[in-house]
Amino acid sequence: MKSPNLAASGAAAATERGLLSNGRGKTVGTLFASLLFFGLSVAMLGLAWLLVWSFLRAQGRLSWDLFTNPPSTLDIESAGFRPAILGTLMVMAFVFVVIVPLGVGAAIYLEEYADRNRWYNRFIELNIQNLAGVPAVVFGILGLAFIARGPFGLGFIPLTASLTLALLVLPTVILATREAIRAVPDSIRQGSLALGATKWQTISRQVLPVSIPGITTGVILAVSRAIGEAAPLLLVGATTFVVFDPELFNSGYTVLPVQIYQYATRAQPEFHDLAAAGVVIMLIVLLTMNGFAIWLRNHFDKKRVG
Amino acid sequence: MTTSPDLAAPPDSGGLPNLRPSSPRYGEKIIFGILAGSAVISVATTVAIVLSLIMPSLDFFRDVSIVEFLTGTEWSAGFQDAQYGVLALLSGTIQVVFYSLLVSIPVGLGVAIYLNEYAPDWVRRAVTPVLEILAGVPTVAIGLWALYALTPIVADLLPFLEWGTYSIGVAGLAVGLMSVPIVSSVSQDALRAVPDSLRQGAFALGSTKREVSIKIAVPAAFSGIVASIILAASRAVGETMIVLMAGGGRPQFTFDPTEPVLAMTSFIGQTATGDIAAGTTTYDTIFAVGLLLFTITLILNMLAIRMVRRFREVYE
Repeated sequence: MKSPNLAASGAAAATERGLLSNGRGKTVGTLFASLLFFGLSVAMLGLAWLLVWSFLRAQGRLSWDLFTNPPSTLDIESAGFRPAILGTLMVMAFVFVVIVPLGVGAAIYLEEYADRNRWYNRFIELNIQNLAGVPAVVFGILGLAFIARGPFGLGFIPLTASLTLALLVLPTVILATREAIRAVPDSIRQGSLALGATKWQTISRQVLPVSIPGITTGVILAVSRAIGEAAPLLLVGATTFVVFDPELFNSGYTVLPVQIYQYATRAQPEFHDLAAAGVVIMLIVLLTMNGFAIWLRNHFDKKRVG
Repeated sequence: MTTSPDLAAPPDSGGLPNLRPSSPRYGEKIIFGILAGSAVISVATTVAIVLSLIMPSLDFFRDVSIVEFLTGTEWSAGFQDAQYGVLALLSGTIQVVFYSLLVSIPVGLGVAIYLNEYAPDWVRRAVTPVLEILAGVPTVAIGLWALYALTPIVADLLPFLEWGTYSIGVAGLAVGLMSVPIVSSVSQDALRAVPDSLRQGAFALGSTKREVSIKIAVPAAFSGIVASIILAASRAVGETMIVLMAGGGRPQFTFDPTEPVLAMTSFIGQTATGDIAAGTTTYDTIFAVGLLLFTITLILNMLAIRMVRRFREVYE
């Protein structure tokens, strides 16, 4: 009667070991999953903390006066963002005017015309990828040396800021537009060409209309990035203390993020509340824009799949 | 133009209809020129960046020796008997990169692995836009929060260290939060490119979910994950506003995270904010530091692009 006993204990040991190791594996597995989830929570809570803190800090200062009052160093109570908001609007209008034709044009060239076997076309592509990774402050140096002074010599005016920011966000528009154009099925192009349309007629009447949602998403994301960018503008004159409304070709302008930075560096805590109020204005604008861009992209992605 | 082959008449057109365009189509050629021109603008931008960095830097290196610039640890631009040892600024930048990666690597990878390997579809769809919002928060907003919200709390959590109003370590942590979406989105792309058959094979051999994630998915997506980390490092090197606002303005060669340290970007931002006459050596330092900054980020970006290309070649 020895052998069945042995078999039983062997089976028991095997089961036990299997269960035990399984149990340990399960614990480790759960631990690992919770660790990953913890990472996700840190990112979400970090963002939530940032948003809630900015809002709470700004709470006492949120009023329409922020839009109508100029900044002031003496009268903290009435100081606002009027010239900065007007400056941002003016600078962004010209960013938009520059990036739409240039970004879409470059994307059409790369997707529809460029022969990838040519070294110069591959070079242009690599160059755009690299440009997307150049630090914003380096674009400020470009703006300072090339646009404000140097060959262009425009001076420290809002238009200089527009051109500097336009070059900074151009890669965003190009990459988004290329993706939108690439998603247009080739059969549409071939159908158009077969009916005798020229290449440009095909692009302008078939390809571009279909890719407009994708292009719009790219442009919105690019402009919203430009709105929040302060570093390059420190170098092209946006740090002037201005209480009057800006003019496109006159020096003496500032933009919202730079004004926030300047309020933030003042000693009195009241100015920090004011800076937080500026952050809240900027975040509301940006979240609306980004939310719309993300919705637009998801909406049309779904349509394309369906 | 790539279209020319299909539009050209065949060498022997006997019996075939004439396929040549009915007119020379000058308009098409002009449009081609305009489109090619806008693509060339990006190349011109790069050339202009390089020129605008190099020309004043040459002036700068006429006054200050390159060796002294690259090996000195003392920085006192704008003062009498000025010292230009860029290592002082570089120590600030290196700390920002280090503390930002301390946050962005674990958090960003955790997010990417969780979303790609574990999360149900609805979580993924809910979280992805939130990460995009985080990526879109302006850095002045993060800088303000880092200075007046994060710094006091870090000081409370680590009371055995001496924290001032400004500290390079806290600035680095805030930059880390900013770069989480870069790590998570690029890593997630890489994980998504790993074919499901690899995972199913491992599951069939009895692997657990954790083993599939760590031993199959992550190694298979390794080059993409490394690329995401390099990109995050490059962003941290170039980040200006957060470091300028929360990192402090004292140029000193130190690796103490509680100290205020001027980094390369914050030096450029701080110097540009003041009124400095063009042509002086102090003015030229902006460009010399900018040139170093540009070179470092260029190398990092090229590395990352190469890494991304590698996983694309393997799986796509």
